[in-house]
Amino acid sequence: MTPPLLEVQNLTKRYGARIGCADVSFRLYPGEVMGIVGESGSGKSTLLNCLAGQLEPDLGRVLFDTRAEGPKDTLTMSEPERRMLGRTDWAFVHQNPRDGLRMRVSAGGNVGERLMAVGARHYGDIREAAVDWLGRVEIDADRVDDRPAAFSGGMQQRLQIARNLVTGPRLVFMDEPTGGLDVSVQARLLDLLRGLVRRMGLSAIIVTHDLAVVRLLADRLMVMKEGHVVETGLTDQVLDDPQHAYTQLLVSSVLQV
Amino acid sequence: MSDYNFAYLDEQTKRMIRRAILKGVAVPGYQVPFASREMPMPYGWGTGGVQVSSAVLTPEDTLKVIDQGADDTTNAVSIRKFFQKVADVAVTEKTEDATVIQTRHRIPERDLTEEQILVYQVPIPEPLRFLEPRETETRKMHALEEYGLMHVKLYEDISRHGAISTAYAYPVKVEDRYVMDPSPIPKFDNPKLESSALQLFGAGREQRIYAVPPYTKVASLDFDDHPFDPSKANHVCALCGAEDSYLDEVIVDDEGGRMFVCSDTAYCASRRGEAA
Repeated sequence: MTPPLLEVQNLTKRYGARIGCADVSFRLYPGEVMGIVGESGSGKSTLLNCLAGQLEPDLGRVLFDTRAEGPKDTLTMSEPERRMLGRTDWAFVHQNPRDGLRMRVSAGGNVGERLMAVGARHYGDIREAAVDWLGRVEIDADRVDDRPAAFSGGMQQRLQIARNLVTGPRLVFMDEPTGGLDVSVQARLLDLLRGLVRRMGLSAIIVTHDLAVVRLLADRLMVMKEGHVVETGLTDQVLDDPQHAYTQLLVSSVLQV
Repeated sequence: MSDYNFAYLDEQTKRMIRRAILKGVAVPGYQVPFASREMPMPYGWGTGGVQVSSAVLTPEDTLKVIDQGADDTTNAVSIRKFFQKVADVAVTEKTEDATVIQTRHRIPERDLTEEQILVYQVPIPEPLRFLEPRETETRKMHALEEYGLMHVKLYEDISRHGAISTAYAYPVKVEDRYVMDPSPIPKFDNPKLESSALQLFGAGREQRIYAVPPYTKVASLDFDDHPFDPSKANHVCALCGAEDSYLDEVIVDDEGGRMFVCSDTAYCASRRGEAA
């Protein structure tokens, strides 16, 4: 069996006396999409930020299977190394595209930034890659010189995804990627994401409170409550046959149209 | 005269500034923080440059001050008078006679020598500032050599204007390490940053000093398919006929009349002197 891409051991983050997330352990294998669900304040985003190196956890290990040196603890590696991972093998899709985009830089510049950050110095090539990626996320090529401020919310989110995937990352962190979008735009974005994840063989960790999102995208599910993982399993197993009382509540709370 | 210490600043302050200068020379292109003093002129008038000049001046020095290349503009005249008053040093308008040259927005046309120090007035020392407003973040980017963002700016130039339209304060990489803002000199002057003279940069409001030692490698950033181009107006000087100097465009009437003249007045005057 292939080794896991990401292995998390006993990850704990406290905010003073309060618990952010406690004792979280799991493995993520290449090509696998893991969903983390739970209500607001359950520690989902804290966990994601700890995994992506944006928050420093108090305890635990996060082993990432690096290309060069195999499994390495991202918490103890040097900052340059971690930031390098952050712009090559990792990608982070924020809930609010304004957090993940440079709003005063054109769409092409936004997509090209990661390429230039890893040393691309040929304008024509960078621009070609940018146009190619805009096409892949269904943004017209003639919008390449427009600033994200001129884009709709759905387009901004798609642009953010293009900007993140252009360097061919192996692990994508997504924090509520469909939050704040209306349902038809959500559906289109989900469709796009599902296609990209499958085609590129990406591994992803998706944090959301929207069960429909994980139903469509995730292979496995982790349910969190008050900082603890209360239930894990295959997505349909957890959603169709919830065992924990909180999961049962969560599943039964979804509105049926 | 006796009311002031030599060159206005007290000796302890000059020591502090010299220490920052030495550190800057040791780490070319690195912005060294220093405790900038209040000077008897407003920020933006060259308080950083004046403090650096004050720290390097000796009684035997000959000072030249230029503003946009000219010796006779307000900023240059007032700073020159300031040092005449507080340091009683000799002053000159001739580039070759000066030992210390304080400048705003230009490098003299005549090649400088190892005997000379060029002091720049710098408004904003951080080349990444307009792209990344957080100082903590830009310091980290310098420390970790994360300069991709600088090329994003050049990319935006090309995508919007078809060419790198940054014409002044054109970012350079010093000794293959630090990206540096050469102060708002025209990009025409960028090749002259590789010089025999010691070049010191002082930013008073931002409290930074940096340096380019003699014979240091200074490369202007560019793309492989859009190489750096030190362009200038496609004319010759209307006064001295120079083809190789940076030109100012001067509007001479309200009917569209204009002329192009050397921005370096000392260079222009010396050429006319030779021609006559």
